[in-house]
Amino acid sequence: MARYILKRVLYMIPTLFGVAAIIFLMLRVVPGDIVELKLRGDGAAVSQETIDAERTRLGLNRPVHEQFAEWMIGVATFDLGKSMWTETPVIDEISNRFTLTIQVAIMATIIAILLALPLGIISALYKDSWLDQIIRLFTIGGLAMPSFWVGMIIILTLLNVFNWLPPITYTPIWVDPIANISQLIWPALAVGYRYSAVLTRMIRSQIIEVMLEDYIRTARAKGVFERLVIGRHALRNALLPAITVLGLEFAFLIGGLVVTEQVFNLNGIGRLFVQAVTKNDFTLVQGIVMLIAVIFIFTNLLVDILYAYLDPRIRYGGK
Amino acid sequence: MAVTAATPPATAPIPKKRPPVILDFARAQPLAAFSMFFIVSLIIASILAKWIAPYDPFALDFGVMLQPPSADHWFGTDNFGRDVFTRVLYGAQTALMIGILASFVGCMIGGVIGVVSGYFSGRFDFIVQRFIDVMLSFPIIVLAVVAVAMLGKFLVFGVDLNLVIAIALPIVPKVARVVRASALTIREMPYIDAARASGFSPMRIIFRHMTPNVFAPFIILFAAFVAQAILLEASLSFLGLGVTEPTPAWGLMLSGNAADFYREAPWMIIFPGLAISVTVFAFNLFGDGLRDYLDPKFKL
Repeated sequence: MARYILKRVLYMIPTLFGVAAIIFLMLRVVPGDIVELKLRGDGAAVSQETIDAERTRLGLNRPVHEQFAEWMIGVATFDLGKSMWTETPVIDEISNRFTLTIQVAIMATIIAILLALPLGIISALYKDSWLDQIIRLFTIGGLAMPSFWVGMIIILTLLNVFNWLPPITYTPIWVDPIANISQLIWPALAVGYRYSAVLTRMIRSQIIEVMLEDYIRTARAKGVFERLVIGRHALRNALLPAITVLGLEFAFLIGGLVVTEQVFNLNGIGRLFVQAVTKNDFTLVQGIVMLIAVIFIFTNLLVDILYAYLDPRIRYGGK
Repeated sequence: MAVTAATPPATAPIPKKRPPVILDFARAQPLAAFSMFFIVSLIIASILAKWIAPYDPFALDFGVMLQPPSADHWFGTDNFGRDVFTRVLYGAQTALMIGILASFVGCMIGGVIGVVSGYFSGRFDFIVQRFIDVMLSFPIIVLAVVAVAMLGKFLVFGVDLNLVIAIALPIVPKVARVVRASALTIREMPYIDAARASGFSPMRIIFRHMTPNVFAPFIILFAAFVAQAILLEASLSFLGLGVTEPTPAWGLMLSGNAADFYREAPWMIIFPGLAISVTVFAFNLFGDGLRDYLDPKFKL
């Protein structure tokens, strides 16, 4: 097991550096930089000298390979530099908003699991029944509706039917849990719905596949109660791949939040990211994308380890 | 004893004429066939938008601002008095054009990378796969947003080609991964060995012998990723990074103005969103049906 984990962690390092390199290179081909936008953005007449001075101060005039080396060393030492716009360290900008985003992401995951487990199991066990058809409709809907629109429909309903809107200002959960949850549950629902749809389909197809296996027939032939057959033999095997989907979809989730935060006026990472992109704030964009990629890579690492822990075939197998 | 075994029986069953593919598909996958019918109608309607739309999508008419749906304005009007139904219809042009184009570009590039990488394997494959690992570590929308900012605008016949590329970019690694897996199994087929033994060049083997055989997964991926591309275009336009005003686009119709009229004009939010959902729904259903029809074991 330790060997397996070590191998996975070692594999991760080049991927992380690849991510850092690609973000950097993508942003350096952007035409026009922050300085033009910052000083001339509101139409002010600013001399070329001032612009050049500002470029030099921000280090944008230095050769690309020097900037690249600095960024890579920064990444390796957990120093993501300063925002080019506000001049505050990127780490501070991000951590201010990180708790909000991660809380919504975790709530959405919980909602997704709570929905997907029963729905997936029911639709697999009553395959092709009317119940299965309804659940199928529910999941295809989840895949088709953009989560930001689901969010808008939620607001629309709350406003027009219940005459109520969630609080606008963010309160940390440890200050006032009720105010916090009554604000964040809605975006979590909007994003979690889509997430649950993916998961439900996965669980359904896995259970259906597993139910055809020989060992299920054997268990039934032995006279094991159907409930035990399903609970102990089928579910255990069927839910394993669902864990992988859980990890993969976590990245999707953060992606969904980039747009959904906009709908709910939440000041999270996603909003910060869009602002940073429109302002050409390279260091901030790099920092956020790096963070999101790191979260994605680590979730998948955790999922792989968990998977290997639960399924010895992977630990000992040649793969 | 008469020798009759050699002569065929007089009443040999006449080989049945195979029904046209499209009918066979409709019989096997009625829901998918219906989706296909819907998609084709939507494509035709969006092409003919100029002639069948009841109003001008750009004409401002402050006399009929924020009208609820009625016989005159099926989907109501927006805060500039523009007809929402007309704009949804024109929005289909944008969505389908960008969605289909982006999915095609993404699947083509991803497909070529996948087949080539699967054929050569070894060190070349290893490097390509690590690169794909890296690309897959970015959530698709994050990659698309950065690409949009990076590329700027490049309009050709009113279509922002750079937006198409930005949406295609996150599709490439996903397609490459799946197509490579198919290519790996095909590579072990005897007919590839035969081609290699005949001294054909790798290029010829890849494009003449392998590519046609990954066509089924390719077409399934293409249909599935049109849905993704439409969603992505709507999201980008919603964020103000995709299609820009006054071009009618579904995501754009939901951003900015619409959000100010939650109470006064919910139809401004409901209909464009429904248009996105129904279209994506149709493409998903079509893609699923196509998979079950062409290659039931294929996993996306």
